[in-house]
Amino acid sequence: MTDIITILYAAIASGTIILYATIGEIITERSGILNLGVEGIMLMGAFFGFYLAYTTESLILAIVGAAVIGGLMGLIHAFMTITLQANQVVSGLALTMFGTGASAFFGVSMVGKTLKASFEVIPIPLLNKIPILGEVLFNHNILVYCAFILPVIIWFVFNRTKWGLALRSSGEEPLSSEIMGIKVIKIRYIATIVGGIFIGISGAYLSVAYSRLWVEGMTAGKGWITIALVIFANWNPLIAYGGAYLFGGLTQLGLNLQKFNIPFPIILLKSIPYVFTILFLLFISIKGKRSNLPKALGEPYFRESRG
Amino acid sequence: MSEIIRKLEMRKITKKFPGVLACNNIDIHLKSGEILALLGENGAGKTTLMNVLFGLYQPEHGEIFINDKQVIINSPSIAFKYGIGMVHQHFMLVPNLTVVENVALGLLGKRIFKLNLGEVRNKILEVSKLYGLSVNPDAYIWQLSVGEQQRVELIKVLCLGANLLILDEPTAALTPQETDELIVLLKKMAENDRSIIFISHKLNEVKAVSSRVCVLRNGSLVYEGKTQEHSVAALAEKMAGREISMPTLKGKSKATTPILEIKNVFAKGNKGTMALDGFSLTVNKGEIVGIAGVSGNGQKELADVINGIAHIESGKILLHNEEITNKSPQKIINRGIGYIPEDRIHEGTIPSFSVKENIIMKDYNKTPLSKKLFLQNKIIEDYSLELIKNFDIKCPDNKTSCASLSGGNVQKVILARELSRKPKMLIASYPIRGLDIGAAEYVHEQLLEARKENVGILLISEELDELLDICDRIAVIYEGKILDILNRDIATKSKLGLLMAGIKDEEKVI
Repeated sequence: MTDIITILYAAIASGTIILYATIGEIITERSGILNLGVEGIMLMGAFFGFYLAYTTESLILAIVGAAVIGGLMGLIHAFMTITLQANQVVSGLALTMFGTGASAFFGVSMVGKTLKASFEVIPIPLLNKIPILGEVLFNHNILVYCAFILPVIIWFVFNRTKWGLALRSSGEEPLSSEIMGIKVIKIRYIATIVGGIFIGISGAYLSVAYSRLWVEGMTAGKGWITIALVIFANWNPLIAYGGAYLFGGLTQLGLNLQKFNIPFPIILLKSIPYVFTILFLLFISIKGKRSNLPKALGEPYFRESRG
Repeated sequence: MSEIIRKLEMRKITKKFPGVLACNNIDIHLKSGEILALLGENGAGKTTLMNVLFGLYQPEHGEIFINDKQVIINSPSIAFKYGIGMVHQHFMLVPNLTVVENVALGLLGKRIFKLNLGEVRNKILEVSKLYGLSVNPDAYIWQLSVGEQQRVELIKVLCLGANLLILDEPTAALTPQETDELIVLLKKMAENDRSIIFISHKLNEVKAVSSRVCVLRNGSLVYEGKTQEHSVAALAEKMAGREISMPTLKGKSKATTPILEIKNVFAKGNKGTMALDGFSLTVNKGEIVGIAGVSGNGQKELADVINGIAHIESGKILLHNEEITNKSPQKIINRGIGYIPEDRIHEGTIPSFSVKENIIMKDYNKTPLSKKLFLQNKIIEDYSLELIKNFDIKCPDNKTSCASLSGGNVQKVILARELSRKPKMLIASYPIRGLDIGAAEYVHEQLLEARKENVGILLISEELDELLDICDRIAVIYEGKILDILNRDIATKSKLGLLMAGIKDEEKVI
């Protein structure tokens, strides 16, 4: 029993990493911009967050710094793809390569360092007394709690606010939107930057709150999983919960199965989440129900002589 | 080569889709050398019936006979075998391949490994010579105009040996000139003993091209007979099932207060040349001014610059004496310009959005539809239901996506959005293009209603009937300039036609 609770607890903690990034990517993609730089932005966020937490011992500064670096990388992607009309796939892949390389280069000095400051676990009074559920859900740090409410807020913004309407219409039919008075370029810039901010925060959560270590390439493909999860979530922030925590759970399952001396290669156990990601995608394409896929996703929007 | 189809009969064809009886017990027949028009409004079952003949759909009941022998056509390749070819409304050509390669693709089924492009080219040249279908076999599809692409489609089916051609709304994307050429071509094919089924909802074309006509309405055959025995109005009535009278403007406009003034505007088009080349025009309150012209003479750019979508190099645009030159679309919308864009799907709506959302797209950020950041769902709900009722938009509910509506209903959504904002000025680009006659009648009624309420209207169109019906004045655009403006009492088709060709001085021609 305690094993199960431990696994579930850890699933929430590790799913939070992907939840932040998935929400960020959903925001960006809903505006029509595909950002494949998630892996690189996460790594940059992880490194800068860790660096700031180590040198300043301020957790707030660490998170803000990671958010800023994430937002900056989003801005680069927006500038490349919206203003310079570069191919979105190429620009995104370039960001990933840049982020992976730069974080490894700067990160050499941080390898093996430990943090003094840490995110305290804040039990939520009363709620944490609920059997099992209380232990699993209401005994975490502040970043995990923020991740609990973030998808709801973003869902609300998408569906109940005027920003959301303008954001979604820009991702569906940019020319129509422009003709109807929506500032498509501005919206896409903002969405790509805000998306970058959340992805940056996910990186900082990983290095500063979750593992409390800096390791080169520590995201280990989580950025790519994020991109798959956006599809799994059908671009709906509420479904992103399920995907992120399920993935967190599978990761923990892989790690925990080792304890039980199951005669099975460890490497293969660790690959469980990745295998499941492929199965998710397979399942979704077979099911083929109504998709929220933004119609203009990845397509450049030429205002050509319309500047 | 398959045997010539001397006689085709479709007997008691019934095709059901979930919830819809698309074709109900339809009988049609056709002899070689005949052009049969299949006339009906959108959704009447014309395309479904032809897809049955082409083997794309299997009917629930019914039989097909060719030369008095029953045949079963359960795939397009079998239809080809019997000599039936179909040109779809949306062309099935690969843009990055040449004409020869595209035609060769169609022939691939016959020979798997051998690809003899030289032979295909000869065949194309032979067919194009026979029917006067001029086309360069080595051109890439993307280099060709829509009219030329259609010729390629025709050549493709002819090269496959089709002697019965089904053309699904072949003129939908053609200019009037291209349409006339197509009609001549089809008649020539019919003289060569090919038979043709021509699907359309455009009465003038049906009248011009066909010898017999079958009228479908709601999946049933409601009339069949010789085309020449009926007037356009009589056919329209059969098609719509009620009397149709396209509204016409009555009474002179007393309008003298300018609402939109365009002064000596220069603007670049897509190709970098001056698409608007010193364009000037004034529209008064309560007046409909038509812009006639062959498409590509600056109409698109004109609509774009007025609505702030494109940039003006020099010149001025005034709305109600206030300058709106090069302002953002949002500012121009808020100053009171309404816009019915040419491409109603990709410029006028967000197809994946619901009717409700599309209705509020220009006002969602104003009270009472939103307060501060938040959309007021209850108010939006009531507002959209009210407009759906007032504008007679036929949709299952207000959450239906616009993509699933017919063209006429999409146009009603746009009209509802634009007119309910009480614009001072309305730009309408080709507002009835592709609509069936009932919907076109409605659009014109609404425009005339808006005129009565003192809205200034600029109507861009290529259909002279449309312009002559409802415009106070008709301006002819030629190479980015207004060539002349005719008042409705002196405007005639022939005068406008000459002006559209760029000929201003009539006497000189004679």
